[in-house]
Amino acid sequence: MILASSFLQEQNFLDVLYVIAFALFIQGLRGLSGPTTAVRGNRIAAVGMLIAVIATLLNQFEGNWGLIVLGVALGAAVGVPAARQVKMTAMPQMVALFNGVGGGAVFLISWSEFRLTDGFSGTATYIAVFSLFAAIVGSVSFWGSNIAFGKLQEIIPGRPISFGSAQQIVNLVLLILAVAAGVDIAAGSHSEAIFIGLLVCSALLGNAVVLPIGGADMPVVISLLNAFTGLSAAATGIALNNTALIVAGMIVGASGTILTNLMATAMNRSIPAIVAGGFGGGGAVEGASGAGEHAGTVRSTSAADAAIQLAYANRVVIVPGYGMAVAQAQHAVRELTKELEKRGVEVSYAIHPVAGRMPGHMNVLLAEADVPYDQLKEMDDANPEFQRTDVSLVIGANDVTNPAAKNTPSSPIYGMPILEVGDSHSVIVIKRSMNPGFAGIENELYYDPKTAMLFGDAKSAVSEISAELGQI
Amino acid sequence: MILASTLTTNLAILVLAGFIGFVVISKVPNTLHTPLMSGTNAIHGIVLLGGLLIVGASGNGTFNKIILVIAIAFGTINVVGGFLVTDRMLEMFKSKPKPPKDDTGKDGDGAGGTR
Repeated sequence: MILASSFLQEQNFLDVLYVIAFALFIQGLRGLSGPTTAVRGNRIAAVGMLIAVIATLLNQFEGNWGLIVLGVALGAAVGVPAARQVKMTAMPQMVALFNGVGGGAVFLISWSEFRLTDGFSGTATYIAVFSLFAAIVGSVSFWGSNIAFGKLQEIIPGRPISFGSAQQIVNLVLLILAVAAGVDIAAGSHSEAIFIGLLVCSALLGNAVVLPIGGADMPVVISLLNAFTGLSAAATGIALNNTALIVAGMIVGASGTILTNLMATAMNRSIPAIVAGGFGGGGAVEGASGAGEHAGTVRSTSAADAAIQLAYANRVVIVPGYGMAVAQAQHAVRELTKELEKRGVEVSYAIHPVAGRMPGHMNVLLAEADVPYDQLKEMDDANPEFQRTDVSLVIGANDVTNPAAKNTPSSPIYGMPILEVGDSHSVIVIKRSMNPGFAGIENELYYDPKTAMLFGDAKSAVSEISAELGQI
Repeated sequence: MILASTLTTNLAILVLAGFIGFVVISKVPNTLHTPLMSGTNAIHGIVLLGGLLIVGASGNGTFNKIILVIAIAFGTINVVGGFLVTDRMLEMFKSKPKPPKDDTGKDGDGAGGTR
């Protein structure tokens, strides 16, 4: 191919460096399997990447060093400050964005390869096929990730936006058009217009697939797109005959698939159902009419009352959710925990697998606030303990506590495992307003007689409780 | 013949890498899923290599050079940003006494190495 080295020895050397690089990737990912080795694991993978980049640069023939320096400098100028300044709460958006640019790089590389080879003339068909696959998937991933970013950043409304019942047909037509363009090129067409048509169809498909998906499903979508980008990178690797790309891309493809499955299982949703879209749309309408029936039965409380209730409890379980993340309340929550522990109250945290907008999102935030690891309980360990819990303090979590998931077969979240806070003796919910959560579904928990609502921003509400505790 | 054997070799690598990915990653505990997603996200930034390879080949026109520079920039953002952000997240799991906020100064060495 275009990249084949004339020096056998150099090629062997290059291959050895690549082998070292992907061995480091695998070792790095193994390190990520434990909290104590994770930092090192990530750095090992970064070293692997550095080696892979150096190996590739050793293989420069034309030596367009200026362009390489320019591209790397531009990327570093954007990527480094973004990565350093992003708040921990905005992490899901950041991952979506980084994933998107990866997909963008994939389809641009494919496009430049198409142009360089005059529409894959003189290359084997399979190279064209893998390159075109990469172009379609990379483009879908780029646009889909950008939409996911927009939704999480709330530039685009989190609620599903769709063409209604025509949505599936529109998606299918776009997919068929993109694949048809690909088949035409693989079969020998050299028309760049058709290639651009392929990119446009894939771009529209990326938008059309993610726009109708409700915000609550966004973590699953990001994970899925992460897997997509990995697969497209692996396909690029086959097209360019580059083992480092194949191995690294495929490992990401595999891990993304596992993560996606885990998340979808935790929400009791199937991946096809999520991609088919519309989650939360019907629920929002039901919720709006349901709100009227329930009106007047919500009990609200004050920070002072909540403080008394907590101070005289033996056991308190804190259930954090996205509301804690947006309010940056994790440090305030940690302070409250310390105050309670001083009074001999046993405090733990119950973490739902999809609380927040990414799996592990709450763990990252609470770790940032130095909450001890052993206080964090996963759902299966936390649920049996609610029965002997005096007060469950729900901070900005909604759908993950919604009993409709157990009791209402018509609810869009029916079947999703939840944190059974309703089993505890009493519940305090800190929430900004009665607005339904990200999934747009009304929460029956708030109308339960043992539930008291404390309206307000999570951070100021928690700080107020701490202040009141100090005066008891 | 030669092409076919390259293809089969690469396909074998692809399949094996997929299995390794499943085995290695299915051991990661729930709590590390966000950093894991972010870390694997950084690794697929390896597409950067594709940009480097093609930009190094002869015969690129002006338009190709432009899209390749963008592709390299995108790949770099993916790699550098991804590793840095993962490093920042993971640092927080080392729950040692330290000021609660703004630890952005000390995470340069791990991912900074990749430029």
